[in-house]
Amino acid sequence: MNDEKVDSSKLIAASQTTATVVAKPKLSTLNSQLHASPGQRAWRRFKKNRAATWSAWYLIFLLAAVIAWPLLLKISGGDFAKRHNPDQLSDAQFAPPSAHYWFGTDTHGRDLFSRTLYGAQISLLVGIVGAIVSLVIGVLWGSIAGYAGGRTDSTLMRIVDVLYSLPTIIFVIVLLKTLGELINQSHFVKNSPMLAGKLHVALIFIGLGAVSWLTMARIVRGQVLSLRSRAFVEASRTLGAGTTRILLRHIIPNIFGVAITYVALTVPAIILYESFLSFLGLGVQPPMASWGTLMAEGVTQINPIRIYWWLIIFPGGVLVTTLLAMNFLGDGLRDAWDVKAK
Amino acid sequence: MYFFRRILFAIPLLLVISALAFLLVHLAPGGPFDTERKPASPEIERNIKEKYHLNEPIWKQYGRYLGDLLHGDFGVSLKYRNHSVNDLIAQGLPVSMTLGGLAFCFAMAIGLPLGFFTAVQRGTWWDYGGSFLAIFTICIPSFVVAPVLILVFAMKLKWFPVALWSSPWHMILPSVALGLFFVGKVARIMREGMLTAAQSEFVTAARAKGLPETTLMVKHALRIALLPVVSYAGPMLADLLTGSFIVENIFQIPGIGVFLVNSSLNRDYTVVVGLSLLYAMLLIGLNLAVDFAYTLLDPRVKYE
Repeated sequence: MNDEKVDSSKLIAASQTTATVVAKPKLSTLNSQLHASPGQRAWRRFKKNRAATWSAWYLIFLLAAVIAWPLLLKISGGDFAKRHNPDQLSDAQFAPPSAHYWFGTDTHGRDLFSRTLYGAQISLLVGIVGAIVSLVIGVLWGSIAGYAGGRTDSTLMRIVDVLYSLPTIIFVIVLLKTLGELINQSHFVKNSPMLAGKLHVALIFIGLGAVSWLTMARIVRGQVLSLRSRAFVEASRTLGAGTTRILLRHIIPNIFGVAITYVALTVPAIILYESFLSFLGLGVQPPMASWGTLMAEGVTQINPIRIYWWLIIFPGGVLVTTLLAMNFLGDGLRDAWDVKAK
Repeated sequence: MYFFRRILFAIPLLLVISALAFLLVHLAPGGPFDTERKPASPEIERNIKEKYHLNEPIWKQYGRYLGDLLHGDFGVSLKYRNHSVNDLIAQGLPVSMTLGGLAFCFAMAIGLPLGFFTAVQRGTWWDYGGSFLAIFTICIPSFVVAPVLILVFAMKLKWFPVALWSSPWHMILPSVALGLFFVGKVARIMREGMLTAAQSEFVTAARAKGLPETTLMVKHALRIALLPVVSYAGPMLADLLTGSFIVENIFQIPGIGVFLVNSSLNRDYTVVVGLSLLYAMLLIGLNLAVDFAYTLLDPRVKYE
């Protein structure tokens, strides 16, 4: 087209063909844009965001490593499994990173690489389960408030306001401490420290989920308020659908995108909370490890004589990169779902 | 009028918080005087409980606590012998406030220029690099920054002391460790604000009148872009004051966070309830102050 040597008739023909050629894909993308569901359109936008897709791959890789590593140890057996057993004490205390111990060893000669991956199990699990707890509470609370309106709405949201003004981390500390003591004192865990440990972790799931649903409730309420007066909801109501049916079939599926986005941002926040608590010794109890307890162990080994940098750099590095990837992923999801951004 | 109502609303709120904290702390089994060793003789235990009124029903204890609170008395600590909670606050709060204030200054000093710069350079590699830096600082918890700072600047280079809190020199590393997270927060809010402001009509109008780009950004867009930062400043200060206990723990700083963590472990009832209340007051007060500052800064904002 830009070639000046071609004569005019060819140019016209060329412009016509290019016009048709150009027009066709335009039309087809337009068509597919029109026919794509909101989910498909969001997915297309998400795929274009390079930071978010890389983060997603990183998280998938991490998850695979966390799941595969214990299996690998079980299958291989022998010396390899013994050296990398996260609870196996050895004489190689404070060994720096090497071909044997990729992340070095800690104060009891345990393999830090294994401990970091086993700690990831707890940290990721707390993040995901806590986020699901906050999702359930937040969506129910917000959609009931938004849908019911009136006095119910103002009561429910006033409670959210009150909870917002509590200093969260202190509230969690006091809550966990109290419930944790109650668990320790109840008699069916008296004989089994294993069960007590598991209950304690479950408590952290619920406790952290229970303080992280406030923003979710606010966002969901706003969405429900705008959805409630839409034509399709009115239509459903005139056809005789009850409140429960409208909420479950029409309202909640429509806030799915927003809710998922916010969950993706809640997971790193809860992981951070958990590691804060574990760092203070209020979260996961030894010998169980999470990233927070690993950091705490690293910090206690700070001394002026020898620097055991690997005890801090490796668990901290994995924690920071994971949080980073989750934040990029959350931002990517938000941009992909946000219709206003287009 | 609006603010008067808000202040009035804060009173029942504080009552609810104090009741909640009181109930939760007392609900936990075991008491402040249970020790690892053999319990003291029943007479001694009874005398101690009598002294601190722990043998009374819980509603009566709460009533007594509220009565003391009206006189500005947070009660006596059960664990730190011969110290009242007021003493502990008087001792720890100035330290925590200094630390929080310094961290606040650090976050603003780095975050504001970073946000401004990335917004002005939007779409360039400077923007990508700066924005990545901002999100990176958000993802580093203080208990990762603090040990890394100690390892590098105190152990290896020996520029700063490792811990404690006795001279201005000691304050630098803890303030950086505490403030780094908020650098990223402030930068992101600032960038967002600048981008919104740069697209608004009055900036376009000023540009149409031929104002140079620098004046446009510094004199016109910046003023509006600062508003979201101001509204974040309240919660941020509250977070800095209440969230400093990790940093205080690592650097062995005698702030108020140490008391809080220890007391919740030791079941020192009065200290836990008192400090929770103090934090809640700080949070509510700061939010109120920010909303008030908002009306002064932006005449378009009116609360009914």
